[in-house]
Amino acid sequence: MSTLSREETEALIAEVLEVYPEKARKDRAKHLAINDQSIEQSKKCITANRKTLPGVMTVRGCAYAGSKGVVWGPIKDMVHISHGPVGCGQYSRAGRRNYYVGTTGVDTFGTMNFTSDFQEKDIVFGGDKKLAKLLEEVETLFPLSKGSSIQSECPIGLIGDDIESVAKKASAATGKPMVPVRCEGFRGVSQSLGHHIANDTIRDWVIGKRDGQPFASTPYDVAIIGDYNIGGDAWASRILLEEMGLRVVAQWSGDGTLAEMMNTPKVKLNLLHCYRSMNYISRHMEEKYGIPWLEYNFFGPTKIVESLRKIAGFFDDSIKEKCEAVIARYQPMMDAIIGKYKPRLQGKKVMLYVGGLRPRHIIGAYEDLGMEVVGAGYEFGHNDDYDRSIKEMGNATLIYDDANGFELEQFVKRIKPDMVGSGIKEKYIFQKMGIPFRQMHSWDYSGPYHGYDGFAIFARDMDIALSSPVWSKFVPPWKKAVPEEAQKAA
Amino acid sequence: MANIMIRQADSGGLVFYLPKRDLEASIESIEFDSDAKWGGELKLGNGGAYYIEPIARPPRLPISLRARRLGAAED
Ligand code: SF4
Repeated sequence: MSTLSREETEALIAEVLEVYPEKARKDRAKHLAINDQSIEQSKKCITANRKTLPGVMTVRGCAYAGSKGVVWGPIKDMVHISHGPVGCGQYSRAGRRNYYVGTTGVDTFGTMNFTSDFQEKDIVFGGDKKLAKLLEEVETLFPLSKGSSIQSECPIGLIGDDIESVAKKASAATGKPMVPVRCEGFRGVSQSLGHHIANDTIRDWVIGKRDGQPFASTPYDVAIIGDYNIGGDAWASRILLEEMGLRVVAQWSGDGTLAEMMNTPKVKLNLLHCYRSMNYISRHMEEKYGIPWLEYNFFGPTKIVESLRKIAGFFDDSIKEKCEAVIARYQPMMDAIIGKYKPRLQGKKVMLYVGGLRPRHIIGAYEDLGMEVVGAGYEFGHNDDYDRSIKEMGNATLIYDDANGFELEQFVKRIKPDMVGSGIKEKYIFQKMGIPFRQMHSWDYSGPYHGYDGFAIFARDMDIALSSPVWSKFVPPWKKAVPEEAQKAA
Repeated sequence: MANIMIRQADSGGLVFYLPKRDLEASIESIEFDSDAKWGGELKLGNGGAYYIEPIARPPRLPISLRARRLGAAED
């Protein structure tokens, strides 16, 4: 399996674009590019965060998915109401595998689906009364909930319900925060705007609620921001920070609580993992409270070491020493893993198509295993994501923004990677094409992949996917070339 | 007019951020850069230019300000 040269990649893009009608071709041409590390500004080679072309099979989600599914949903001690028809919440229920500790239905509510289940009459006469009643019921049935968020689905914005006033009344009655979130699915071009809207509501309704209240702080307080604890990711990250002497005050939002979020403005440093979905709130806290934020990457030992040192750089020598001790302690474990898996995975080529962060973050982990990323793209990245990716990706790597089913299939057919990493919507297409596949959103029901412990699992999973005996069974016996001797004997 | 945020870059320079469009760009030059008068025309690394009313140098960055775009929209 050869790597394509720049010219060949260019030809491939041209070939894929050929099937589109002219206007569509012009539009899509801006979203397909070849990486050039000499460029500083991604907008010179790629356009991102634009409305998806009508008629193509995009894999993007909606703003409601970004707010309810990603940012708010994992806050475990709040009830997140999918306000509107039942489907939006029910079909996405518990799909992201944000792990948490707690007793579901008593003090935590992460995997439950709460909905106002709109019917025709609610659309016609408005659903505010229903929402008020719902909030009351939540209070009766789940008195240990710490508050609610009202996640608007499309119809709420269309019929013009006043969820803000309902929330205000309910909040006054219960004394708990009730956060109305205007994340109707039609807003914006992808789930990305949902992240932004959710961040803004956290800014307005959560941050600052404990300003001026006493807090027993230490000089080593940090918050993990933008880690959704998928398969336990945040836990695998948290222990590393704690081992180096830092105190993790809050986890956003995987396994997180409302109180943790309210306490975040008291920390000394915000550690931002998913830049795309939570940079907004980090920027806000930087301006309002002077808390610096730092993007870090806990995928694969090379990047972990880099990130740990960068984090330690914000603190005194005791932390820096402990940081080195942590690195030294895990190094033998990492060497053993790389020693075991690298010979099996060396030189394998991977194509990635994930959300808004992982394409650039995971590259290091693959490289630690000797694998090469030959194509990468974001579903809903913005140009600031691509700015950050150019240097991480190899020269002449194929980049695709908001790629659709057709494009991905064509690329994979021609580039012939040894493995594809993407989501559930792509999984079966590529497996049926005979290409090993890992879901890189949900870790394919595995994980964690963050941190040192995560890397061990990541390496094993990649090996399992690639070495499965099933891939040799793709050609049926009667289509296999008959060996020479057998032909002679016949 | 748009809300923008100016923050200190890790490298020492200034970064321009336009939340509405998630546009992040380095500030190549700032028209007035003294303690008493700070602001004016901002030339961005992406080729765009914005204007902020000159103010006294802010004691702390980042700071959110209102800015006016000069010239055509860049993207
Ligand atoms: S686009 Fe609207 S209807 Fe569809 S899932 Fe999102 S909120 Fe629900």
